[in-house]
Amino acid sequence: MSLAKKYPKEVKQILAKYPPEHKRSAVMPLLYLAQREGGYITKEAMQDIADTLEISVTDVGAVVGFYTLYHDKKEGKYRMQVCTDLPCALRGADQFMETLCANLGIKVGETTPDGLITLEAVTCLAACDKAPMFQIQSAEGIEYHEDMTVDKTMELIETLKKANVEVK
Amino acid sequence: MSYVLLRHRDIPDINTLNVYKKNGGFEAFKKVVTKMKPGEVTDTVKASGLRGRGGAGFPTGVKWSFIDNKIWPHYVVANADESEPGTFKDREIMESNPFQFLEGVAIASYAVGANAAYVYLRGEFWQVAKFLDEKIAEMEEAGYLGEKLFGTDYSLHIYTHLGAGAYICGEETAMLESIEGKRGMPRIRPPFPAVYGLYGKPTVVNNVETLTNLPMILANGADWYKNMGTPDSAGVKVFSLSGRIRKPGNYELPFGTTFRQLIYEHGGGVLDGRPVKAIMPAGASSSFIVADEKVLDMQMDYATVRTLGADLGSASVIVIDDTVSIDWIINKTIHFFKHESCGKCTPCREGTYWMMHLIEDIRDDKHSTANVDLLLNVARQMQNKCLCPLGEFSTMAVVTGIERFPQDFKESNKQVLTEPA
Ligand SMILES: Cc1cc2nc3c(=O)[nH]c(=O)nc-3n(C[C@H](O)[C@H](O)[C@H](O)COP(=O)(O)O)c2cc1C
Ligand code: SF4
Ligand code: FES
Repeated sequence: MSLAKKYPKEVKQILAKYPPEHKRSAVMPLLYLAQREGGYITKEAMQDIADTLEISVTDVGAVVGFYTLYHDKKEGKYRMQVCTDLPCALRGADQFMETLCANLGIKVGETTPDGLITLEAVTCLAACDKAPMFQIQSAEGIEYHEDMTVDKTMELIETLKKANVEVK
Repeated sequence: MSYVLLRHRDIPDINTLNVYKKNGGFEAFKKVVTKMKPGEVTDTVKASGLRGRGGAGFPTGVKWSFIDNKIWPHYVVANADESEPGTFKDREIMESNPFQFLEGVAIASYAVGANAAYVYLRGEFWQVAKFLDEKIAEMEEAGYLGEKLFGTDYSLHIYTHLGAGAYICGEETAMLESIEGKRGMPRIRPPFPAVYGLYGKPTVVNNVETLTNLPMILANGADWYKNMGTPDSAGVKVFSLSGRIRKPGNYELPFGTTFRQLIYEHGGGVLDGRPVKAIMPAGASSSFIVADEKVLDMQMDYATVRTLGADLGSASVIVIDDTVSIDWIINKTIHFFKHESCGKCTPCREGTYWMMHLIEDIRDDKHSTANVDLLLNVARQMQNKCLCPLGEFSTMAVVTGIERFPQDFKESNKQVLTEPA
């Protein structure tokens, strides 16, 4: 189903932000909308957005490819994006990440066998005073988790697991 | 002294419209729209000495005066991309004192004759954008945004636009491309945004912190602002303090505060009571300052930091103690810039790639002089050849790290160069 049919109110609101002759500007917010389905953007969704904005699907694909928060492949339901950039690393982020990998039995970039968590290392998230920290990106959006410990993180993962079983 | 920017630390609930209003909120905006000409607003900001807080420190009022009045419409873009490693001040401002920031956007828009302004937030600030959308809606409802404001002919709408994970979009022309729905790659300048900006129209791009200063400057006058700070760097600055420090966080202080005051009085000193070895005053883009007792007593303002062979930039002060080796640090910064290079121009794309391989070799037990010399050489060759400042930024820590801490790149020293615990 097209985005305009599925989210008529949101699409209208998004288009209203930009001058009508520059509706291409809506490509980024529309991609976020499309990503609400399963946490990644399908070929069909890109075509739909291209049609809505009267640009080529190549132009839409180029935007998807350029920005790291858009995904064109299905991964874990939750992308756990741990900041291992300089200021966080000065406060133990690398060790935090290592222990997390060991606990989950996966490497950076991999997904847990149950398909729940994809672990990623990312650059500074503007929370350097609250390291170790990560964000969780999912179909619902992005959530920060700051001043974390490995224990707290494992608890959080347990909660996510339980919630996931319940909806299934 | 009471806060100018982080006023939520003095006034609880200033993020609600009523509390903000009770504390003088929107009076400055109302005053400028009903009683001042746009040029007078620009003159006041010029006289205040306010300089841009996004990194370059360009005088704000002067920037506004470059806007081309022969071409219309005009736009204002608030730079809320905040992606420089070590910088986390704009986020606190927007989350905790959102109306003062939005009033600042409104004042800037009136001054340059813009009827539409965009707030460009990095994609990770997804929740902040939602929050600002709510605050914008409240302002519209209360008559502070929308058509024919305060019974005049002036109209203004503010919109948020979310990026999606790309440091380069903090560079103003890449940001404009991104709002236009394209890949965020810098434009060749000139023409500058003041002439050819968003949708090819005259545009002012200002940082969140810069804009948040405006309501207080217009309310209290240019002299009030100018009397804080130093002659070269007027006013207050939010210093984001991070790294090997007991109390990392944001500290709003007048320019001219010393490194020692920031690190020891406010930041509680270095972890485990170790000595400060180096300071990166402008995040990952910094040149290293070699710290000693004399340097710690130097003032943090644009001119003084320059005498130390560095730039104050966005004042994202990363503290490095003697347990950390500089080769480890530049390994981090090089990986950052390699990842964030947009790939548009060859020196930066290829240079960051080579620097990454060289530093990995050096860290892999091969602290050979040849490798270190080659790394320094690659970095130097990149300088002055890149299309936008990112390429240059990627070389700052490399060149100054090797030049100012040569012992950290010597094989004989490598066993004592441990990773921080
Ligand atoms: C690679 C790069 C990244 C930048 N990132 C930011 C940023 O995250 N936030 C910001 O305000 N300015 C950033 N800037 C500076 C902007 O290009 C621009 O100068 C600034 O937003 C102007 O606002 P100001 O005059 O109020 O400082 C960056 C510049 C470069 C070259
Ligand atoms: S210097 Fe780097 S980031 Fe800037 S345009 Fe060239 S490749 Fe892109
Ligand atoms: S370095 Fe991790 S949030 Fe800034």
